[in-house]
Amino acid sequence: MSEVKPLSLVLKLLFFGLIVKPLVFVGLGLNIFHRERLPPRGPAILAANHNSHLDTMVLMSLYPLTQVRRVRPVAAADYFLANRVLAWFALNVIGIIPLKRERSAAGRSLFDECHRALDAGDILIVFPEGSRGAPEQIGELKRGVHHLLKGRDKVVLTPIALYGLGRALPKNEALLVPFNCDVVIGEPLAPMQDSEAFMQRMKQVLEELLRSCITRRGE
Amino acid sequence: MIDIPLNSRYAIYAIFALLLTASATRLWLQYRHPGKDYTELRQRIQSWWWMIGILLVMLLASVTIAIAFFGFMSFLALKEFFSIVPTRQADRRVLFWAYVAIPLQYYWIATDWYGMFIVFIPVYVFLLLPMRAVLIGETQGFIQALGTAHWAVMLCVFCLSHVAYLMALPVQNAAAGYIGPVLYLLFITQFNDVCQYIWGKLLGRHKIIPKVSPKKTWEGFIGGFLTVTLVSGFVAPWLTSLSRSEGFIAGAFLAVAGFIGDVVISSVKRDLRIKDSGTLIPGHGGILDRIDSLIYTAPLFFHYLRYLHY
Repeated sequence: MSEVKPLSLVLKLLFFGLIVKPLVFVGLGLNIFHRERLPPRGPAILAANHNSHLDTMVLMSLYPLTQVRRVRPVAAADYFLANRVLAWFALNVIGIIPLKRERSAAGRSLFDECHRALDAGDILIVFPEGSRGAPEQIGELKRGVHHLLKGRDKVVLTPIALYGLGRALPKNEALLVPFNCDVVIGEPLAPMQDSEAFMQRMKQVLEELLRSCITRRGE
Repeated sequence: MIDIPLNSRYAIYAIFALLLTASATRLWLQYRHPGKDYTELRQRIQSWWWMIGILLVMLLASVTIAIAFFGFMSFLALKEFFSIVPTRQADRRVLFWAYVAIPLQYYWIATDWYGMFIVFIPVYVFLLLPMRAVLIGETQGFIQALGTAHWAVMLCVFCLSHVAYLMALPVQNAAAGYIGPVLYLLFITQFNDVCQYIWGKLLGRHKIIPKVSPKKTWEGFIGGFLTVTLVSGFVAPWLTSLSRSEGFIAGAFLAVAGFIGDVVISSVKRDLRIKDSGTLIPGHGGILDRIDSLIYTAPLFFHYLRYLHY
């Protein structure tokens, strides 16, 4: 397990117990489908579509408070480490694994920290789209996840479709408007040799999962 | 139990007796047919225990807490409505102001400001919400978006808030206390749902509106109507300030109104091609699935009572 300082742990528990969970379960409200497919412990990767900052909060809230510190969102270093306050909060309270998006970073070391977390038995949250994009649309999936899985047979990758969070708090908006949101958890995705085929399969699965959302059928 | 007026206390005992009967029947069924899957029935009855337990704690805590609790129910219902109907991304701020109407509406109730309570949503919210939408300026789909928002606020906030106002009315039947009329309304409304269901199961043959609700039959409706009318008449003088004959009339229109509320929300779901409006209450679906009839019975009962006795 990755090491967490006692003070950070207390703050983390308070933040998730008193703010995030009430916000997610009362302010928003989740329709969760196939909860039984959620991997109870690591090493595991949750791959979801990304439309809102709330996505991470919702996925972390699926786990009990005792497990929250083992759930680690992989997040863009240039965004979340942009200033010192945000960086401290993201690293210590949320517990992100920063990922450098710039091309200059050397390929292999890019995922070093992710691999270390997986080896320690953590659960990683990844958004293969890379950024939040247009509300309620799945953009192109990046291949990073494929590299992440390479040579790690024990790691299961669970695709999760989220819907409604881009309505509740879209990109570039500060006002949260309450909506019930759907969380549809898929079967673990079998690894493939070809990264392109793998990402295509993942996109296909996410789109299939989205079809079973309650709050989407009206469209 | 401390300080619960006698008649309401008996009503609460009666409700728990019904719950125990339901649970016992379920266990007996399971015992008789061990191979059959009763998961949904079990979830339904378990949820009933939770709903009635939470409701009673809130009702008995204090008038203000009970009013706030129904405000919270309005919030859950409105949220569920906005989540299932198609909304435009541009309407986020319009819907935000629709939510703001909830605490205000329930504040008017808590302060017993009847005049404001009755005009606030039909006049002020009705006229001002479109203005917020105009400021955003998205005219494509404007009519549908505003129609949806207004309808949602009327059903989930205005209509539902009448339940809470029953508790702000001065107590006339001291033996029932402030919770008497609320218990009466909630009990008769849910009892009607159950009676129509049971009569329909026993005798149902002729469908009323197969396109909307294939399980609703004339036999279920009439059986429920007669049972509920009869029971309402006898219970009314006990829990409310209505006389027995006034209670019969109340029961008759509550049975019809409950039926209408049920099929109206069914039509909404059918239009959206969904079965349940949410997953909040195991075995029941969403909150709208549970309060659909109450949305219709609450305002009708409130105004009937108020016209006759206040």
